[in-house]
Amino acid sequence: MKILEDVGRGTLGFLEYSGGVAELGAESVVLLGRWRVRVMETLNQAYILGVQSTVIVLLTSLFTGMILSLEAANQAQTFGVSDLVGGAVSYAASRELGPMLTGVVVAGRAGAAIAAELGSMAVTEQIEALEALGLSPVVMLVVPRLLALILMLPLLIIFADIVAVLGGMWLAKTTAGISYGSFIESARIYSHFPDYLKGMFKGIFFAIIIVLVGCYQGFNVRGGAAGVGKATTGAVVVSIILIFAANFMLSFIMYGTQGIR
Amino acid sequence: MSLASLERVELKYGEKVVLQNCSLQIAEGAITCLIGLSGAGKSTILRLLNGLRKPDAGRVIVRGIDLNTLHPRDLIEFRQRIGFAFQFAALFDSLTLFENVALPLREHTKMTSSEINKTVMDSLESVGLGNASDRMPAELSGGMLKRAGFARAIVTNPDLVLYDEPTTGLDPIITHVLTDTIKRLRKQLNGTAVVISHDLDSIFAMADYVAMLFEGAIIAYGTVEEIRESRNPIVQQFLQGSEVGPIPL
Repeated sequence: MKILEDVGRGTLGFLEYSGGVAELGAESVVLLGRWRVRVMETLNQAYILGVQSTVIVLLTSLFTGMILSLEAANQAQTFGVSDLVGGAVSYAASRELGPMLTGVVVAGRAGAAIAAELGSMAVTEQIEALEALGLSPVVMLVVPRLLALILMLPLLIIFADIVAVLGGMWLAKTTAGISYGSFIESARIYSHFPDYLKGMFKGIFFAIIIVLVGCYQGFNVRGGAAGVGKATTGAVVVSIILIFAANFMLSFIMYGTQGIR
Repeated sequence: MSLASLERVELKYGEKVVLQNCSLQIAEGAITCLIGLSGAGKSTILRLLNGLRKPDAGRVIVRGIDLNTLHPRDLIEFRQRIGFAFQFAALFDSLTLFENVALPLREHTKMTSSEINKTVMDSLESVGLGNASDRMPAELSGGMLKRAGFARAIVTNPDLVLYDEPTTGLDPIITHVLTDTIKRLRKQLNGTAVVISHDLDSIFAMADYVAMLFEGAIIAYGTVEEIRESRNPIVQQFLQGSEVGPIPL
């Protein structure tokens, strides 16, 4: 019986969480539709959540691009197809690694920051104070962050793609002697501009996940400092899982079985 | 005449019953102090009065409006006429004192920036913080934070100001200053105030009426003298701070 109770409680908790995040999303969309946007705060959040994530995103992408290139070059040389390395790196970076790694890194940095900030506001009654002043916490806190990250994450993804390819190109030349020209030509043949656009498009979904989960966790903090810590960890874990799931679904929808053939 | 009332209100947090058959009248133009044990539900009553919480049953009437019937959009507008001074001030960390107090004016009025500037400075000066307008909340002492919270609560000239434990955790001098400030602001606004406090000296100094909340209901209501002379053993035990009596420890 205890197992059934636990399953029931877990299911209710999951439904409550999903419903809460969906409600927050719906309210934000309605407010965005009515253009209830605080422009200066949105720009401020674009700087905090986006611009300040640039270094960590670019470093992650650089090393990922280089390691991808190293592995690809090793295999390619074994089979005598070194001219495919540029394509492999560019293809993987634009379609999957660029968007997903950027999403995960931003979830770790910005998602945690959102949950911690809003959580601290919740435990110090600042969220309630907004409501008491007749101000909507969704307008004041969620919409600026949502719009800011929807604008910034796709940009971070395209930068991440470029840096990954450049890193891979440099490594391919230094370790496997693949010329820049050959690498670029291969990249040009095997990956296409729409792949980069689709990667950026994924970023919009990842931004929505990161902000809504972070805000929901922050708004629902209970229990002081320990609660803030728990909410922050929860925001990162849930966001990363959802980003992986969303990435799979979006890739499946956008590329279908094209990648398998 | 009452400005606001709770009529047979019931409210639960999960399984815990906080208010049960709770009725209370808030007299217009007066200071009503709410007393009761910690965790009795006093802060919940303040949140009911400005629509931050909805009762599970019963009605909350403010200026003749049943808050249960208000659309969320109207509720937001309604809250602009009620000031709320939170227990820990709840100032926004990222804004200066001036910006904190100016926020409701910037968001809800069409005042020019010079009008906002004057109104905010008047409000800050009325609580003795005119020279601290550029400071961040983290730079303020406990008493200054409370007063800054008062300034934000009164800046829109509300009909009703709710004070949640304004003197808790402060030294006797600051407590005296804040008590006087609440009395002065009530007169200045020509409005109504509801104050939650555990400081009996402060309550007796400022209250026109006192209501005692116990086990989810108001068990005593009257002027300071009436409450002092109450024959209710629960009220007497609370006023004397005695361990012996009907209040379970």
